[in-house]
Amino acid sequence: MGKTTFDKIWDSHVVKRIVDGPEVIYIDRHLVHEVTSPQAFTDLRKRGLKVRRPDRTFAVCDHNTPTHDQDKPIADPVSAEAVKVLYDNTQESGIKYFPLGDPANGIMHVVGPEQGIVLCGQTVVCGDSHTSTHGALGNIAFGIGTSEVEMVLASQCILQTKPKQARLEIDGKLGEGVCPKDVILYIISKLGTNGCTGHFVEYCGDVFRNMSMEGRMTVCNMSIEMGARGGLVAPDETTFEYIKGRDYAPRGAELERCIETWRGLRSDPDACYDAEFKFDAADIKPMVTYGTNPGMGMAADGTIPSSAVGCQPSDFKAALAYTGVKPGGKMLGRKVDYVFVGSCTNGRMEDFRLFASIVKGHRKSDDVTVWIVPGSKRVERAMEDEGISGTLREAGFEIRQPGCSACLAMNDDKIPAGKKCLSTSNRNFVGRQGTGSVTFLAGPAIAAATAINGYISLPKEIANVWNHEKDNNH
Amino acid sequence: MRKTTIIESTGVLLDRNNVDTDQIIPARFLKTTSRDAFGKNLFCDWRYDADGSPNPDFVLNNRKGDILVAGANFGCGSSREHAAWALADYGFKAVVATSFADIFRNNALNNGLLPVQVPADFLMETVARMNANPDVKITINLEDRTICVAGAWCTHFAISNYKRECMMKGFDDIDWLASNSSEIEKYETNHE
Repeated sequence: MGKTTFDKIWDSHVVKRIVDGPEVIYIDRHLVHEVTSPQAFTDLRKRGLKVRRPDRTFAVCDHNTPTHDQDKPIADPVSAEAVKVLYDNTQESGIKYFPLGDPANGIMHVVGPEQGIVLCGQTVVCGDSHTSTHGALGNIAFGIGTSEVEMVLASQCILQTKPKQARLEIDGKLGEGVCPKDVILYIISKLGTNGCTGHFVEYCGDVFRNMSMEGRMTVCNMSIEMGARGGLVAPDETTFEYIKGRDYAPRGAELERCIETWRGLRSDPDACYDAEFKFDAADIKPMVTYGTNPGMGMAADGTIPSSAVGCQPSDFKAALAYTGVKPGGKMLGRKVDYVFVGSCTNGRMEDFRLFASIVKGHRKSDDVTVWIVPGSKRVERAMEDEGISGTLREAGFEIRQPGCSACLAMNDDKIPAGKKCLSTSNRNFVGRQGTGSVTFLAGPAIAAATAINGYISLPKEIANVWNHEKDNNH
Repeated sequence: MRKTTIIESTGVLLDRNNVDTDQIIPARFLKTTSRDAFGKNLFCDWRYDADGSPNPDFVLNNRKGDILVAGANFGCGSSREHAAWALADYGFKAVVATSFADIFRNNALNNGLLPVQVPADFLMETVARMNANPDVKITINLEDRTICVAGAWCTHFAISNYKRECMMKGFDDIDWLASNSSEIEKYETNHE
């Protein structure tokens, strides 16, 4: 029987199998941040253990950190302490740390691939559920808890039961204006928030084959939102091209040797999966969520449904009461107070390029607060170099400094109670972006049109509204 | 880690699916570098009104028990182990649900909080019995891998032999890995 990409990577990382128990998996890359690691370092010390492989461990601060005045001390004393503890822990154990303001700082799931820290065919863990992002490069990457962070620090291994596997295929060509965020929101709306629980997903078919590496990252990032342990795209030329020349990636003959190995990681034609899903690219439209989990998504130009996959009627009703929408209503035209562009889902160059291409020549609506937050210092620099930041400033936008920002209400960027936000992040849970705030998830294109109009819009609606307003003024 | 064999208690019924970790413990409480005292903020936004007074309609404010009973996909969302810490610190020893998010399940097991996955029809009947008599006793026997409501309505639940032993003896995975470091060295030598 053939093997899947997942099988090939997993099997080559098994240190030992425990009878009627989990397997001991060796970890190639351990990514660490300030929120889920301090307790792990403390307990490691209590046990009298040291970090086994600091050379395979990399750290950033990203969750607690402000997205303005990063050159000044962090004002919130509790956040400042968490960041200082991370600094102390990494210094003591010899772990490479990218502090706030460092040219390589940013959100861990943006930094890992762009620095070439995360390669291909690897096992990657981090105390963060969106670690699934790194599956885009053909890796087994998944989020872990703090006890597991301690486990990996101590042993460079993790005890895990091998998950089931799902194959998710989408063939055909995506329609105009459909971006990777729409693809993953569409998938989750079809499968529900626990549609892939217990499974690791392989994304197959034309759509993912033709997708850029950053697009694949957006898709793999949200695998966790349908309950999947992780998601990956088998490595191909797009993967290898992406890795070439990255700061921490191998070079020259060594890279060529790696690529030869990575070519062998494609799933065999006769490989078996525990579940298979198939969708048609032509059915996917620009998406927006209307409820309080990422499975509650719909075609942006459609009407709000009266049920969602895996959602009890009482929960569905409560969700809509919270977001203030009704079945049969529209999402387009709905006023929002905030637009957030960034996060480990949509904080990369392609996202800001797309956003800038839509807002170019227009003005930000005065009725909406817009937070544009690059995923990393490297993205921030590239935005300046490519003139994207200039385009955005001309259109009235302010660009903040890198970090997790408004994705999770842990730093200063919180959406106030009662306010509504159109967000390119990954979760619309109750209060996720701030107590009492409401989140509608979408991709950067809808975010751009919404930022111009002040209400949820598709890019094609910008010009019409402009004319409409002018008509009204006469 | 505490040792667990039998858990016997009344249940606390949270009859919802998709209880996410942002509801179990909101992110604003995760800044601390300690792992203690999260229990007071467990389900904070459901448990307290905006002025900080307890919400009388929320189950934690009117029922006590060591066993939380919830619906499908419990613990979905973020990987924050703070969710398991908060549940354990509050006093829960087990969570009963029809399914668990994968990361939460591991986090719970690593903190001596037993995730008990039961079939949907078992949960439905359990909820009915709890509604009829909120003081009904629930007994979880880890050795036998059984859960019984009122000593009569019972089912088996799955847990690997390894994890069961760990929980019964109070061992954790790091203890196990530390005693198997020679195998890790061998792997590293063969793969460098």
